[in-house]
Amino acid sequence: MSAKTLFDKIWDKHVVHSVEDGPQVLYIDKHFIHEVTSPQAFSGLKARGIPVFRPEQTVATADHNVPTENQHLPIKDALSRHQVETLIKNCNDFGVELYGLGHPYQGIVHVIGPELGITQPGMTIVCGDSHTSTHGAFGNIAFGIGTSEVEQVLATQCVLQKKPKTLKIQVDGELNPGVVSKDIVLHIISKLTAAGGTGHFIEFCGSTIEKLSMEARMTICNMSIEMGARGGLIAPDETTFEYLKSRPFVPKGEKWDRKVAEWKSLKSDDDAQFDLEYYFNAEEIEPMITYGTNPGMGIGITKDIPAPNGKTTSGLEKSLKYMDLEGGKQLLGHHVDYVFIGSCTNSRIEDLRLVADLVKGKKKADHVQAMIVPGSRQVEKQARAEGLDKILEAAGFELRQPGCSACLGMNEDKVPKGKYCVSTSNRNFEGRQGQGARTLLASPLTAAASALSGKISDVRELMK
Amino acid sequence: MEKFNTLNSQAVLLPYEDVDTDQIIPARFLKSVSREGFGENLFRDWRYFEDGSPNPEFVLNQAGNKGDVLVAGRNFGCGSSREHAAWALVDYGFKAVVSSFFADIFKNNALNNGLLPVQVTDDFLAQVFQILKNRPEAKLQIDLNEQEISLVGSSLTESFEINSYKKYCLQNGFDDIDFLLNKKNEIEAYEQSLA
Ligand code: SF4
Repeated sequence: MSAKTLFDKIWDKHVVHSVEDGPQVLYIDKHFIHEVTSPQAFSGLKARGIPVFRPEQTVATADHNVPTENQHLPIKDALSRHQVETLIKNCNDFGVELYGLGHPYQGIVHVIGPELGITQPGMTIVCGDSHTSTHGAFGNIAFGIGTSEVEQVLATQCVLQKKPKTLKIQVDGELNPGVVSKDIVLHIISKLTAAGGTGHFIEFCGSTIEKLSMEARMTICNMSIEMGARGGLIAPDETTFEYLKSRPFVPKGEKWDRKVAEWKSLKSDDDAQFDLEYYFNAEEIEPMITYGTNPGMGIGITKDIPAPNGKTTSGLEKSLKYMDLEGGKQLLGHHVDYVFIGSCTNSRIEDLRLVADLVKGKKKADHVQAMIVPGSRQVEKQARAEGLDKILEAAGFELRQPGCSACLGMNEDKVPKGKYCVSTSNRNFEGRQGQGARTLLASPLTAAASALSGKISDVRELMK
Repeated sequence: MEKFNTLNSQAVLLPYEDVDTDQIIPARFLKSVSREGFGENLFRDWRYFEDGSPNPEFVLNQAGNKGDVLVAGRNFGCGSSREHAAWALVDYGFKAVVSSFFADIFKNNALNNGLLPVQVTDDFLAQVFQILKNRPEAKLQIDLNEQEISLVGSSLTESFEINSYKKYCLQNGFDDIDFLLNKKNEIEAYEQSLA
């Protein structure tokens, strides 16, 4: 038999049926849903008069449209409240497990899946959210789908999909101090552009990736979608098994041993062919920051913003105008109004620890509003148990309750028009964090360093 | 889902690259639990000023800029998986989007809602932009059966790709869920084979 990539192995094992010159019927092991992209799918089932086919394989949470303070009170905004209540009703009516507001497991869907051990190697996982790619860090095929597809999964536990091509991204070498996984992925996207991975599914590999923790790996897979790829995965290894071992939803005892033995075989064959391959050297990566309005518009923190030169597309000019930034100049030292640490990219306990470590005993700049939104109730609880809340609050950072928050500006956590926000989230699109908001994507370290000084800062200066 | 065969219509030009789904429909309008009504807020922040008055510089607010086809720059529909983007375009009245490159999830979402994504070459797109800028009344003809797009009254024509399954679905207004529900036995057999 010919050599196969890990992606091919998992995909092929889940194909129920292939349509000639068409898509394949792909069986889905785990399905996550949330309040924003599921109501229309449930209405579809109701209209057809059919049940959820395998309710035990779907898990729901409320994250996109929830407030991040006073979560114990009724949601103020009537439309938001109705959306969250609709999720509760649908989950009750159709027998789907819900970790809603107030539940100890509640949080951003891509944070809770892994931390509860629902996300496991070898699976197929989907969710009506593009950052479902996050789960791929555990060596599975995880990708975002639209609401019609959510309805397909609810109705049949399958989706119709065309098999993507494969793309290998290998990163080797030692990371420089002050450089973390967010910088790796922002660096890759800046080279490959926001559409560079379209039609492909990525496998990240190489010595740098192997040395990363599970949380750092999730940050990388999370942003696969920002280069247009359907998703990204990393072959499972001891780090993966160690992370999963004590999680509530993994098999226990003998069953666990059997699973691990099975998972150990999940890797690409040595001579497997990828449709595309890229290689990166970790030593060349600086702390990164974006200057434009798509995640591909990023630079090393000490570099100049590219200047439009007639050859570049009109997109650059339009972006710089929106951002009110000038090509050919440095971003370093630029004024910052807001700092947002959160989102499914960087809101896990390690992110909070990194930030707390850096800001311990220091104070944020007076003019900066710094918000930290943990990814889940469990992350919040852990942070408090470790006393991080005290350190963060003493430094002037506001610790909020879990949710997507200012990542997409759907609730009241928004950045006002024209203000600059260094954000650990994944998208810097026009208006993403609020109408007219100007987002600069960076790592938790760079965000925290910028909060302290009140301007775009090179975290390495603080670490000297 | 509505059936799609041929379309002959004026086009609305949006000559920007990387038009993302946050632009097509901003998150603050995603609070609805139904599929209808999103057209009102299509391209909201380009189309309206903050006080709600229309921005006269935006294409959808310009008389003469109408039609069932949206023509946009490369990498249309990148970003979030929100199907609301496709619903908003359909609800507004678009039946097809022409671009030289579409983001994957958007393409699926469009097809699942009877909105045809027509992928053309960069060269073809540039020419369409050029000609329609001067002659906004010119019409695009999109023939799904022949998989061909042309600018009426010019020699500009190109064929486009679509897989035959999706083509069949569009031509017949047939959706994926019907197809999958018919495969229940096979799905159950697959589950059995794992047990
Ligand atoms: S945190 Fe942001 S990117 Fe992640 S699921 Fe929520 S809205 Fe999407």
